[in-house]
Amino acid sequence: MRPKGRGELDSLYFDYPHFDPPARPGGEPQVPVAVVGAGPVGMVAALTLAQHGVRSLLLDAKATFNDGSRAICISRSSYHILDQLGIAAPFLEKSLGWTKGRSFYRGRQILEFDMPDSADEKFRPMYNLQQQYIEAFLWKAVEAAPLIETRWQSRMTGLDQRAEGAVLTVEDPNGSYDLPARWIIAADGARSALRGLCGLRLKGENYEGRYVIADVKMAHDYPTIRRALFDPACRPGGTVLIHRQPDDIWRIDYQLREDETNEEATREENVRASVEGVLAEIGHEGGYDLEWWSVYSANTLLLDDYRQGRVFFAGDSAHIVPIFGVRGLNNGIADGHNIGWKLAAVLNGDAGEGLLDSYTPERRGATLDVFANASKSTRFMTPPTHGWRVMRDAALSLALSRESAGHLANPRQMTPHTYADSPATTPDDPGFDAGPIPGAMIRDVALGDGHLSERLGKGLTLLTFGDPDFDVPPGLSVLRLPADGPVARAYGAAEGSAYLVRPDLHIAARWRSVTAGNLARALGRMAISEEETT
Amino acid sequence: MTQAELERIYEAMAKAIDAVGPDQSEVFLARLALALAEDLDQPERALEVIGESKAALTG
Repeated sequence: MRPKGRGELDSLYFDYPHFDPPARPGGEPQVPVAVVGAGPVGMVAALTLAQHGVRSLLLDAKATFNDGSRAICISRSSYHILDQLGIAAPFLEKSLGWTKGRSFYRGRQILEFDMPDSADEKFRPMYNLQQQYIEAFLWKAVEAAPLIETRWQSRMTGLDQRAEGAVLTVEDPNGSYDLPARWIIAADGARSALRGLCGLRLKGENYEGRYVIADVKMAHDYPTIRRALFDPACRPGGTVLIHRQPDDIWRIDYQLREDETNEEATREENVRASVEGVLAEIGHEGGYDLEWWSVYSANTLLLDDYRQGRVFFAGDSAHIVPIFGVRGLNNGIADGHNIGWKLAAVLNGDAGEGLLDSYTPERRGATLDVFANASKSTRFMTPPTHGWRVMRDAALSLALSRESAGHLANPRQMTPHTYADSPATTPDDPGFDAGPIPGAMIRDVALGDGHLSERLGKGLTLLTFGDPDFDVPPGLSVLRLPADGPVARAYGAAEGSAYLVRPDLHIAARWRSVTAGNLARALGRMAISEEETT
Repeated sequence: MTQAELERIYEAMAKAIDAVGPDQSEVFLARLALALAEDLDQPERALEVIGESKAALTG
């Protein structure tokens, strides 16, 4: 919502584009992939397909980007994906990187935490950037990609699943038409039309805590450090979160009391009064402009299966997670990239359809992981009962003198999910005593003039230490590294060791001593080797 | 004690406070502290922690 007298897209700092409905042909040929939803998740999926040479049609019901700033925290793992797509530069230039958080209890700082970071990491653990910019930067890349056609103002009103593909019924201001697609990626958000057309429902829990999230523009002197205020004078018993964003925009999240209804809380005068209370608490004396606000409640909801026939669900259409873990957008980006490279491998004939069976276990597993952490964070941020509140307050009080108690308040938002249980991941070689395990994301290593992550191929990469004594199958990039260098040390590798790295930088397999046979078996688990798939 | 172990204790106490109810939670917490102090078997240390906890809440 926006202040009185300003329209829904009337921003203090951002000009929303307007997209016309498409001019389209009378008959529609089958598209390899229809990506429904041109938000961050759908655009990442389409860009990933295009990077691997696969054409897609991107459709969205709206005539512009999402309104308001919504998601603002982009994680290191998402930056790696943007980097793989070759589009990280504008994000790096505009966003604010951060590594630190501070927690306050009744006005006193009780904890300062640092997220894991080092010179070996190409990217910082977290970056703040408004969702409009995320969408604008992705859109610039989509617009420039010849393999992506975009149709705005296009709603999905029907879905007919068939053996060899599916047919979407699409409605735009010029009428209704059938669109045949071999595969569909449903990235159409929390109120997904395709989810409804498939007759599916999100399942899970709704938590009690409700928050207003408000963006204000103000000249405020504080570094990019996430602040959490527990039991502050301006909101007794509640929790307030403050994040800095580019363009002098500040995100203020404040918890609502049980007796505050959403209708009351989102009235402009009430939002202003609450925001002013928070600004007084943090000692901001200059003025401010109210940019945008919304109300939010903590939910953990997801689909039982992220695939329905020819349709793959990605992002909010498949899962709703609480904000405290900053994993809504980041998990969505990982979903879009994951299904993007897998569908491309299948459509290009590099892998069998078996590869697609790993999508749900990997990405639904990531969501369940977020739920486990988020329910702990949510219980801390928003204690549901007297017992949880007493313990929360005790831990906060104890944290003033004991570091161990402070860790109970440390938000768990950093680690990307490990696909150790995925059918596409080869069980670990017990010979290793260091390095990322199969299923984990790679550990970046500084290499003289750059980083390990930059030297990986766009498809599968075999990291070899020393020279392998067999012919590596075509289609695999090979990165030869010395058996006694910094990567070998970080990866617990010796002469003859190898790591197989996927396009999403997760480790598919590793061997202390690689052979042609065990490499072929690892590829077979991903339905990539002929001998394993036939 | 590891972070995970401390967290298990945190969770068990939160659930126990809810289970005994607000009328008895003070007695429950005092009983728990006494029992833990006896198990600790270091009376001077227990008295220090009592002082530390009181000071934190009385300012």
